[in-house]
Amino acid sequence: MTLFDDYLLLLLSVVTALGAVFVRDLLSGVLTLAAYSFFLALLWAGLGAVDVAFTEAVVGAGLSTLFFLVALFLTSHQEEVRKRLQVRMVTLGGLGVLGFLLLFGSVDLPVVGDPESLPSKHVSSHYLRKSLEETGTPNVVTAVLADYRGFDTLGETTVIFTAGIGCWMLLRRRDDSAT
Amino acid sequence: MIRPHDSVIVHTLARVFTPIIQLFALYVLIHGHDSPGGGFQAGTLFAASVILPVIAFGIQGSLAVLERRAIILGAVGILLYAGIGLLPLILGGEFLNYGELPIPGMETSTRRHWGILGIETGVTLTVAATAVSIYYSLRERGEEEEK
Repeated sequence: MTLFDDYLLLLLSVVTALGAVFVRDLLSGVLTLAAYSFFLALLWAGLGAVDVAFTEAVVGAGLSTLFFLVALFLTSHQEEVRKRLQVRMVTLGGLGVLGFLLLFGSVDLPVVGDPESLPSKHVSSHYLRKSLEETGTPNVVTAVLADYRGFDTLGETTVIFTAGIGCWMLLRRRDDSAT
Repeated sequence: MIRPHDSVIVHTLARVFTPIIQLFALYVLIHGHDSPGGGFQAGTLFAASVILPVIAFGIQGSLAVLERRAIILGAVGILLYAGIGLLPLILGGEFLNYGELPIPGMETSTRRHWGILGIETGVTLTVAATAVSIYYSLRERGEEEEK
């Protein structure tokens, strides 16, 4: 992927993200958000993070869109604007500060693929060289996720399950509570 | 409320795509060793293949039994994961060290390979069950508000 494609995808994801915020009809907003997730997934794929791209496409563009759609059926399709001007100014100022801090922090990020950067010098070179030999798994991401960092993934799975229980407890029918 | 769609196109597409999505989910799970993918993605795809016919044909047309039981499958997934992790621990090894799984006649790296597939299956179960359960809960709440 050339640099031009990267910038084009970045531009498209920014445009769709802004569109999702500013569109009045919530149904269009949800679908624009799905498009944003899809462009982001293409961007991840372009950067070589194919597993992340896959997750973004499946979860971001697919499943969360579906949940938003089902949630929309419980409410109205139109956005209500009732916030006062002061509240909006405070929100805008807060977001501005947050955006500045994120951009400021991103200056220190290493260049993509830099072999001298700190993350590349740590354990990742060991994973890249030895994971096939040690785990019998050609996909390094799977080897790290499920084997070297298996305990973290167990925790993540438990977090997902806990979220599921939380939704189930909050949303289930009240008349079932006796049974 | 979400009513089943009566369009022939929607019905046919749902009927064609459900098995394809399931097959692809299985491929993503099993092939996660060699190509992008794994438990999380496969679980989401499985959930999609359960939710799609429910959207197209309504709740009776699909796995209505799963409605309340889905969350139990999620617990089974975590138990599978933790169980595979505990097995080496009981046999005197370390927690989640698949190299010490009691599978005879295998090299250590091959044992790790199978251990990874086992825990990925657990992750798939949990993710799929959680997603389906959240979908059913939302939908159920919608039907309740309707009354």
